[in-house]
Amino acid sequence: MGDSQYSFSLTTFSPSGKLVQIEHALTAVGSGQTSLGIKAANGVVIATEKKLPSILVDETSVQKIQILTPNIGVVYSGMGPDFRVLVRKSRKQAEQYHRLYKEPIPVTQLVRETAAVMQEFTQSGGVRPFGVSLLVAGYDDKGPQLYQVDPSGSYFSWKASAMGKNVSNAKTFLEKRYTDDMELDDAVHTAILTLKEGFEGQISGKNIEIGIIGADKKFRVLTSAEIDDYLAEVE
Amino acid sequence: MSIFEYNGSALIAMVGKNCFAIASDRRLGVQLQTIATDFQRIYKFHDRLFMGLSGLATDAQTLYQRLVFRHKLYQLREERDMKPETFASLVSALLYEKRFGPYFCQPVIAGLSDENKPFICTMDSIGAKELAKDFVVAGTASESLYGACEAVFKPDMEPEELFETVSQALLSSVDRDCLSGWGGHIYVVTPTEIKERILKGRMD
Repeated sequence: MGDSQYSFSLTTFSPSGKLVQIEHALTAVGSGQTSLGIKAANGVVIATEKKLPSILVDETSVQKIQILTPNIGVVYSGMGPDFRVLVRKSRKQAEQYHRLYKEPIPVTQLVRETAAVMQEFTQSGGVRPFGVSLLVAGYDDKGPQLYQVDPSGSYFSWKASAMGKNVSNAKTFLEKRYTDDMELDDAVHTAILTLKEGFEGQISGKNIEIGIIGADKKFRVLTSAEIDDYLAEVE
Repeated sequence: MSIFEYNGSALIAMVGKNCFAIASDRRLGVQLQTIATDFQRIYKFHDRLFMGLSGLATDAQTLYQRLVFRHKLYQLREERDMKPETFASLVSALLYEKRFGPYFCQPVIAGLSDENKPFICTMDSIGAKELAKDFVVAGTASESLYGACEAVFKPDMEPEELFETVSQALLSSVDRDCLSGWGGHIYVVTPTEIKERILKGRMD
């Protein structure tokens, strides 16, 4: 169906051995709003800017950090609608695992399956890769974990990572500030400071989002009042 | 004759103190004819997980092969052994998949959880799980087995005493069932070792 020009996969190899569409997808991610994650000794924190296009937008209706299972949360940089599709698929995969094994899905398994979905879209006809990179934060039997998943479908485990607009500054900042024995509260402070580095305008509980998971293995998104408290501690 | 009684079988799993025992008879028959006296009904999936399958032997073998396949892939993907509770959920799901054309088997699953607590369960041929704290039985001799186990069971038995108890319950029950018997095969599993023993009973 359709023109013969479009009957091959958009992800055909270029002569230099790259998949050009994936490169462009990564560019889309790189121009998205900054997001970052930090793995502490007793938990994980993920955070993102929440810059809305106009002051008329109801910011309570926008939630960029999403929960995948009670003990796994995710944030993104890139295209919001693509993120929603991935969240939906991942939640379904997690529930299917639970239905079969009556056990919560381990973080590595969910990341692997989500990455497999993203890879499928780099090798099928008539589709384009997802324009998002994900940061998955979870706490299971193996302890706190933080994974980044790229549009190509590759995934990495990180102690701390950033994505989006301000990625190089943010990563440099994190490299300096990160310690292996950080507690969750310290990690939240560090995350806020990192976001502050590249923030245009006044940072507040209304224009950033933070999600944490601690040893209680329950992922939750902080309310804007809680974020304001952390901000006050950081000042 | 019911399809579940075509080959004949007897299975017990019993809980002891930080250990469990799982035992089966050794007869394989085709209705009234005995064709093997060394048939294996209990399979080891890993050092802390055993399953016995009673009922139609061909379905038992196929089900075992499917489960080994699933378990091996699980071990490769998740880089760990399956917990007994997880395995029981998997068996239940696989059996229910065939709800309207079932495997004619009744599994008995026994294992040690991560905290070395013994776990036993059985289910019917379409996957209805029955978790028990003391013992579970299956097979053509199940009625006798229930009675024998109920009579001799004590909580918190040490491995040696558990072995004696299960052996007695198994041998006396299969003696009352013409389709099962020809000795016994019993595994007593503790966190540190697996003891496998063959029992000699009435060889008929």
